[in-house]
Amino acid sequence: MTRILIIAEHDGATLNPSTAKCVSCASAISDTEIDVAVLASSAAAVAAQASELEGVAKVLAVESDSNDHALAAVLAPQIAALADGYGYVFGPSTTFGKDLVPRVAALLGVNQISDVMSVEGPHTFKRPVYAGNAIVTVEAPADHPVVATVRIASYQAAGGGNSAAIENTTVVADIPTHTRFVELQSGASDRPDLQTAAKVISGGRALASSDNFELIYALADKLGAGVGASRAAVDAGYVPNEMQVGQTGKIIAPDLYIAIGISGAIQHLTGIKDAGTIVAINKDAEAPIFEVADIGLVADLFTAIPELTDTL
Amino acid sequence: MDKILVGLKRAVDYNVRVRVKSDGSGVETDGVKMSINPFDEIALEEALRIKERGEAGEVIVMSIGPSEAQQQLRTGLAMGADRAILVQTDETIDPLSRARVFNEVVNRESPAIVLLGKQAIDDDNSQTGQMLAAIWGRPQATFASKIELNGNVALVTREVDAGLETIEVDLPAVITTDLRLNEPRYVKLPDIMKAKKKPLDEMALADLGIDACPTITETRFEPPEARQKGVMVDDVPGLIAVLKDKGLV
Repeated sequence: MTRILIIAEHDGATLNPSTAKCVSCASAISDTEIDVAVLASSAAAVAAQASELEGVAKVLAVESDSNDHALAAVLAPQIAALADGYGYVFGPSTTFGKDLVPRVAALLGVNQISDVMSVEGPHTFKRPVYAGNAIVTVEAPADHPVVATVRIASYQAAGGGNSAAIENTTVVADIPTHTRFVELQSGASDRPDLQTAAKVISGGRALASSDNFELIYALADKLGAGVGASRAAVDAGYVPNEMQVGQTGKIIAPDLYIAIGISGAIQHLTGIKDAGTIVAINKDAEAPIFEVADIGLVADLFTAIPELTDTL
Repeated sequence: MDKILVGLKRAVDYNVRVRVKSDGSGVETDGVKMSINPFDEIALEEALRIKERGEAGEVIVMSIGPSEAQQQLRTGLAMGADRAILVQTDETIDPLSRARVFNEVVNRESPAIVLLGKQAIDDDNSQTGQMLAAIWGRPQATFASKIELNGNVALVTREVDAGLETIEVDLPAVITTDLRLNEPRYVKLPDIMKAKKKPLDEMALADLGIDACPTITETRFEPPEARQKGVMVDDVPGLIAVLKDKGLV
């Protein structure tokens, strides 16, 4: 029996759905036992949520004041210490995991497999490279722990209903003080989270202003959808960075994705290729977005979107 | 004055539509345009701005790769870097080994900041900076969209999934750059001429005495699954009809 350690992502109160997706990925490796590590200043609530995930054997709660914020330099040595005896260490390929997991891998003296999209064998995985223009099969050495980030758009969240044991534990690790949290500015929104929403509406440069994004928000609210944006729209300052979808932003897999005024650069397409149905609305009939869209509409968004919002 | 070490990776240009070789051994790179990895260019631009503000004394660009990576280093020198280091190898080199090479150069040069791109757009790994910080035992500030220096401390704003996070790190530190940190300058012709006279040290990777590490083997490349050709609708009612038909609205 090989043991898999999953690093829980959370905000101190709520377990991020990315963790349940890591559990699904880990479950695809046969004959393993899955533990989830929750590092927090106060871990009880998050640990309880993690213990409900189907397939989890045990939740390790590591409480310390220094774990109040997810600082990679602070968490990595603790996880490296916890990883002793584990054959695998997984984290989500979110900014949390991308920041933290390579630091853990280096402390363990191994390379990391980034963005696992499928498990092909105990040490064989598939991952995207070149902005998803190629998929590579990789083989990790069997005599070392496998450290990986999981491409969360490739997995459904593990179900609930479990009641795994929660073990409070301490680790012996050197916790540095050279890295300190200052603040988090978050454009708090009541809309569904971009990375887990079943429906996502994204706007591009063609929106032409921050104010015009209201058209996107109105449609999104009608549909109960999350809102994203192309890099061009973020660069232009129409919307904040956390809304960017694409190679260097968020990789998402909603059931329905509606791209409005987005031309469809390859870097954007790589962020949506796992969407169930892609709808593109664009004035330019030659826009590359139409090559991947399941449903395309050539139209001026400034008339089409209000019409869509009003009719739905 | 403090030094800044910047990593410049030679990578397939971001405008190139990459194709998988028919035998699955890799992607087609013959005759393909190669450039500085865009995130690394942003890292260099930031280093140059820090130096121009008088907060650093020297900007060193460094690449690990084939002799051809001299082209990217020369571009970096033309942008304004003071000198360049090429750690030459014709082998594919994994992120942990890259981090160990950087650490070796860090030990020799003692920079206050190592500025790297947050990821390379070829392997999309996003590992080297974090690994260097781990090996070096120093702070990391990844995905930076704003960097302010204040003596021996850097205040770095990071692009994270939840928004913008600001952290404070003691120097020396590793900082990796995100897209919106800056817009890199264009290289001017006279600077290209001047860059030819700037020092470019070349050393063989084998001579650095870096320990080999367990590598992840890439066994087969394949193109991604193509999406099926979709349908075009004529108007908004047509769109709504298809969406209703699919049960999506």
